[in-house]
Amino acid sequence: MSSRDAILNKVRQSLGQPVSDAVRQKAVAGRLKKAPQGVIPARGQLALADRVELFCDMAEKLFATVQRIPKYDQVPAAVAEYLRGKNLPASIRMGGDPRLAAMPWRKQRALEVKQGASDGDDAAGVSHAAGGIAETGTLVLLSGAGNPTTINFLPEHHIVVIDAADIDGDLETAIAKVRETFGKGKMPRTLNLISGPSRSGDIEQKLILGAHGPRALHILVVGG
Amino acid sequence: MQITSPTFKQNSAGALADAQLQKALGNVRSGFIDKRRKAVEALPEFEALREQARAIKDHALENLDLYLEAYEAKVKASGGHVHWAETAEDARNIILDICRSAGALTVTKGKSMITEEIALNDFLAENGIRPVETDLGEYIIQLRGEHPSHIIAPAVHLNKEQVEADFRRVHDHLPPGRDLSEPETLLNEARKVLRSAYFEADVGITGANFLVAETGTSIIVTNEGNGDLTQILPKVHVVVASLEKIVPTLEDAAQILRVLARSATGQEMSVYTTLSTGPRRPGDPDGPEEYHVVLLDNGRSAMLGTEFQDMLRCIRCGACMNHCPVYHAVGGHAYGWVYPGPMGAVLTPSLIGVDKAGHLPNASTFCGRCESVCPMKIPLPKMMRHWREREFERGLNPATQRAGLKLWAFLAKRPALYRFATSIAIPMLSLLDRGKGRFGYLPLAGGWTKHRDLPAPERRTFMQQLGSRNTAAKEAAR
Repeated sequence: MSSRDAILNKVRQSLGQPVSDAVRQKAVAGRLKKAPQGVIPARGQLALADRVELFCDMAEKLFATVQRIPKYDQVPAAVAEYLRGKNLPASIRMGGDPRLAAMPWRKQRALEVKQGASDGDDAAGVSHAAGGIAETGTLVLLSGAGNPTTINFLPEHHIVVIDAADIDGDLETAIAKVRETFGKGKMPRTLNLISGPSRSGDIEQKLILGAHGPRALHILVVGG
Repeated sequence: MQITSPTFKQNSAGALADAQLQKALGNVRSGFIDKRRKAVEALPEFEALREQARAIKDHALENLDLYLEAYEAKVKASGGHVHWAETAEDARNIILDICRSAGALTVTKGKSMITEEIALNDFLAENGIRPVETDLGEYIIQLRGEHPSHIIAPAVHLNKEQVEADFRRVHDHLPPGRDLSEPETLLNEARKVLRSAYFEADVGITGANFLVAETGTSIIVTNEGNGDLTQILPKVHVVVASLEKIVPTLEDAAQILRVLARSATGQEMSVYTTLSTGPRRPGDPDGPEEYHVVLLDNGRSAMLGTEFQDMLRCIRCGACMNHCPVYHAVGGHAYGWVYPGPMGAVLTPSLIGVDKAGHLPNASTFCGRCESVCPMKIPLPKMMRHWREREFERGLNPATQRAGLKLWAFLAKRPALYRFATSIAIPMLSLLDRGKGRFGYLPLAGGWTKHRDLPAPERRTFMQQLGSRNTAAKEAAR
């Protein structure tokens, strides 16, 4: 008998099956198909404008910095300004996400834009979030051809662009959108929920920002 | 790792006398409890979420075979591999095979208690593969040749001066005059050293907080980002997880995530919650080329259907130990194996045997704080009592203790005799204290009076006092 069958048999024997397999199979198939929602905190259940406000407040509490800008066209200038303000080299790492690619980066003549995955030597990386969760100030980032996951973790400064209209109240709504995009039961290879810059409290329980991931997380909220 | 649970009493005596440890344990008492309380108070739905979380895990456990099959099918559909391991040894060998196929010399590791349980690091090292722990706390204790003393804060037993000494000893390629006086400088140094390890590693090994049957997804939560760098940079990602990590759907994971970080560190969400499904896809610019999941039983299937099934709801948040007066006093290493605190006192006897770990469920004041803060509402004190019963049934506790309990049981089952016996014994005892109200020494109670005084009883028994009160009340009413 394979290990797989041995384990599954032991599980079945131990459970003793007080109800028939047919009943259990129906319950399991039903739950997997319907994915019933549980308790959704009231905190994030707000109209869009208030939701965006809450998102920004929560993210700042987690030591992210947030900047609101009216239009996508203004993102490259805001990125260049952020780099100058932090005395960083005028260089970013960025994936080929169409929303990012459509922005006027060439107008920032001094800004070097390196395409593709991060090699670990980038001071700053720029990503586009698929969504935001107001409840906890969390960003939703999906991996894909135009969205390297390494940019979320290797650069010292992570700059994330998010469309205000993509900010939802709660985690479940964000999950539902992913399901809509990829199809039921399917997922992107990596889905990162990011709540603030990296940190550690492992030495004497003292919280320090900038562990292995980015030391700083800067969020550009566009529109809203 | 060597099991020292059988010498829990001696371990505890050593821990209580260890000044460095006692100083470090102050950080547990002062930090975690307040942070959790504030996070819970800030979420009115917390109690309702606990109920949901419990119901989800109960449902998943009652249908575990079916959810495991559904999960496996989804992992395969996304291009991943599932390996089933009945024992720790099976899991170690499976992982070694994967590492060898990848030609691995260096393996990075995200924080994982399950790899502690199967003693993976020593095994890989014996087989010529260098395991590098990347979580700051895990890295520190790996340098010291120690094991985690807490399931979410593995180096909580250490002070920064000890970490500084270890870094100076091991990072001997760095200038000796450098400043390492603060946690910030220590973290920066670890960050730099570990950056190169992430890129050198051929295989990255992580645990999992959840396995989602609906999508074949594994989920990890971290604050440092080390788990992510461990799993996206090497060409092979191995997830090691025990059977009970299964949840049915993404919505179910979302419910439990809301109670996990709040109970653990008092955060609303951990910084990084990462959902991984299969290997790199066509067109992806990064990510692992292979994705393996090792599903470990190692005694879990035998807990199903028993009075210990509820323990399989545990999500390893650490709240029980953060609130435990015994853990506060002796720390995690005294428990003598992988899992300390109240959850360890219940789980360890299940996994290594009550004959070895019988002291652990006895090391409880039964104050009940662990159960009251457990996000999964696991009845930890009740299960510790179950272990005490099993220990007694199997004759594992000492003869004098058994004789004493038998005598007490004989009297307790005969109330009239009990009252008679106590009505003689109590006044006699109260006369022996010579008016001090306490005993510094008492025959047969030397184990107690060696370390503290035993309070002397009142002059009369409870029943006698109650009787005279009732009489007085009746007379007053007349």
